[in-house]
Amino acid sequence: MSSVPRPAGQATARPKYYDLNLLNLPPPGLVSILHRITGVAMFAFLIPALLMLLQCTLAGEAGFNQWKSYFAMPAVKLIVLGFIWCYMHHLFAGIRYLLLDVQVGIAKEPARASANVVLVAGVVATLLIGVRIW
Amino acid sequence: MVNPVKKADRTPVGAHYGWQDWLAQRVTAAIMVLFSVVFIGFFAVHGSVTYAQWKMLFGSNLFRILTLLFLLSVYYHAWIGIRDVLMDYVKPTGIRLALQVGVLLFLVACTIWSFSILWGTY
Repeated sequence: MSSVPRPAGQATARPKYYDLNLLNLPPPGLVSILHRITGVAMFAFLIPALLMLLQCTLAGEAGFNQWKSYFAMPAVKLIVLGFIWCYMHHLFAGIRYLLLDVQVGIAKEPARASANVVLVAGVVATLLIGVRIW
Repeated sequence: MVNPVKKADRTPVGAHYGWQDWLAQRVTAAIMVLFSVVFIGFFAVHGSVTYAQWKMLFGSNLFRILTLLFLLSVYYHAWIGIRDVLMDYVKPTGIRLALQVGVLLFLVACTIWSFSILWGTY
């Protein structure tokens, strides 16, 4: 940042440079914003969807089998896997935050390393579950 | 003359209720992790679940209570998280209040719905 003294009285509106490209965030920042996005997505879609699913599958065998046939569709499986990634990423990122809360790995290098672990673990867990349900 | 600082005067801001939500968010997170492990374990053991197995799982009062604890944790956790997000991004007080009330009503409705699903469909 340049710190050239400004003449008195010249209050200029300084331009703001927001870099909105998520890929340019350092790993901890990426984990953080994905923690938010996955949280909001699960609140908005997963909570009502899971309650609906629980209600329909417990109400009777017909509903149960109907939903089972829906889950056999590849498109539905992809959506389910998307939300499983949301859950897994949110979970692993949350465990990282719990560790940061108790002062584990708060220096820059370990924090970056653990952020990368979270990013990879979320995807790997999703792939493992994907293989299981496919 | 320097006035002696009373103990109560040292608190600069806030009612200190923030830490309760902070802690609740973490406790509910731990409950959800434990339930997730049990639930994923059930599927890992059984593979494809039949209707009879599904009914038997939720026929147990213990499992229904565990599920309810999980869901209540989800709702409380979601409330704190969404409230934080709204406080960060929605600056006009009226709109933020309306959204927060909407979120709360939705989560209370989900709580009632959860009771009705777990104990009403039998």
